[in-house]
Amino acid sequence: MNVHNSCGLCRVEIENLSVKSRKDILLDNVNLEFHCGQLTALIGRNGAGKTTLLKAILGEKKYTGKIHYEKHDGKEMKNIIIGYVPQQLLFDKSMPVSVADFMMATKTKKPVWLGYSKQQKQNLKNRLQEMDCEHILDRKLGDLSGGELQRVLLTMAIEPMPDLLILDEPVSGVDATGLDLFYKKVTYLRNTYHIAVLLVSHDLALIRRYADKVVLLDKTVAEQGDAEDVFQTKAFQQTFGYFAGEEKIWN
Amino acid sequence: MELIYELLEKIPFSFLQYDFMKNALLAVLFLAPLFALLGTMAVNNNMAFFSDALGHSALTGIGIGAVLGLREPLLCMIAFGIFLSIAITKVKCADRLSSDSIISVFSSTAMALGIVILSQQGGFAKYSYYLIGDILTITQKDLYLIIITLIICYIVWILLYNDLLLVSINRSFAVSRGINAVFTENVFVILVAITVMISIKWLGILTINSLLILPAAAARNISRNAKSYHIITMFIAWIACLGGLLFSYEWGTSAGASIVLIAAVIFFITFFISANSAI
Repeated sequence: MNVHNSCGLCRVEIENLSVKSRKDILLDNVNLEFHCGQLTALIGRNGAGKTTLLKAILGEKKYTGKIHYEKHDGKEMKNIIIGYVPQQLLFDKSMPVSVADFMMATKTKKPVWLGYSKQQKQNLKNRLQEMDCEHILDRKLGDLSGGELQRVLLTMAIEPMPDLLILDEPVSGVDATGLDLFYKKVTYLRNTYHIAVLLVSHDLALIRRYADKVVLLDKTVAEQGDAEDVFQTKAFQQTFGYFAGEEKIWN
Repeated sequence: MELIYELLEKIPFSFLQYDFMKNALLAVLFLAPLFALLGTMAVNNNMAFFSDALGHSALTGIGIGAVLGLREPLLCMIAFGIFLSIAITKVKCADRLSSDSIISVFSSTAMALGIVILSQQGGFAKYSYYLIGDILTITQKDLYLIIITLIICYIVWILLYNDLLLVSINRSFAVSRGINAVFTENVFVILVAITVMISIKWLGILTINSLLILPAAAARNISRNAKSYHIITMFIAWIACLGGLLFSYEWGTSAGASIVLIAAVIFFITFFISANSAI
């Protein structure tokens, strides 16, 4: 595990992280670590604080406690780049914006209504090609399927290549094939660029297949470890039912 | 300016022999792209109702100007327009009422306040020309004002467009990309407020909103990306403005309303095109 070709990050350590809203405790004393080159899956019932944890890491929610980013030589890493793919992107589907417009708008300051050069367009195409969806470059954003939109968001989240990639799994609008393809691409990114991937997921079968580590969250870390180990624990079975792990895993 | 006038006289249209028609023609030539640019984003942000409220609030601006004894209430109108736009944007973010209720509350308050002030001792009639507007009153000084506003608008559109676009697609996504959404939104609404207030004397409180919304709404039916959206909106705005001006000259009608009618016809045409071709 000494290949750190694109990222300097080695380890993310979360220490005593708590998030409180006005009335409730959303996260209570979370202690957790995950590594680069690994896909860590966050699971848990609705309201267990999964999205809150992502938001805290993204800096969108105030928290107490510490989040360390460590380089492989053990030194603290500053200015970490985080890529983020939101659970869903709600927007007005009738808006006249193409995939190319959307991608260019996040990349340059040059206004997209002036159009772009052949070179820029080719670059976008190459990036989409890595996600197997170069054919949608000129489509209207509102015409994309859920899976296609998700892959466009993933393409945008890896430019610049992040140290940590955070994924909020889409809960609706993406079919099983689309979801599987999405995971394949995430795995490809993890292997190729050796980045740390943290994802919130609801699909236990896919987690079993793709996750290196599973964290069961219920306001705090209830269980963590390999998928198979976590799926055997009492806490897991209480959350997802006694057969959830097995039924979905072994099919 | 003299040169442009001379050039215009070479165009074989009988109405161009009048200086006020030359001014009006030049004015709509520059107002069209200004409203087209702002309109593309106003429609993207579902702000049709917002700009309507803004137009109505001009009455309060005029009222404040009258109370202060100013001969030219434009600055008061702009100041009040900006205040109202920012207030609406701010309250909308608080998200406690649906945004159309909020805008409606602001709109009615501002309009009622304006009417109350202006109708003191039954004097509203002398302000009623603001309701419909008169494009033939445009002077050379006004033209310069329009051109400067257009230039400012283009500058903002070059510096901030991508941010504006991302905020209009999805606000929290834009914020997660490091965009200062509050700033971009405020710059945009201030620009709309200034443009609307400057033009209201010529285009009319009752029709100005349509001029902002209709060309962009029509273009939206048939465009697929930001570039075509801008080009088509601008074209439609030009056609509507020039057509409306000619129409109003020939028939002696209000220019603002004539422009809006033509824009509305274009909207229905593009609507049927899109309905039949499933763009």
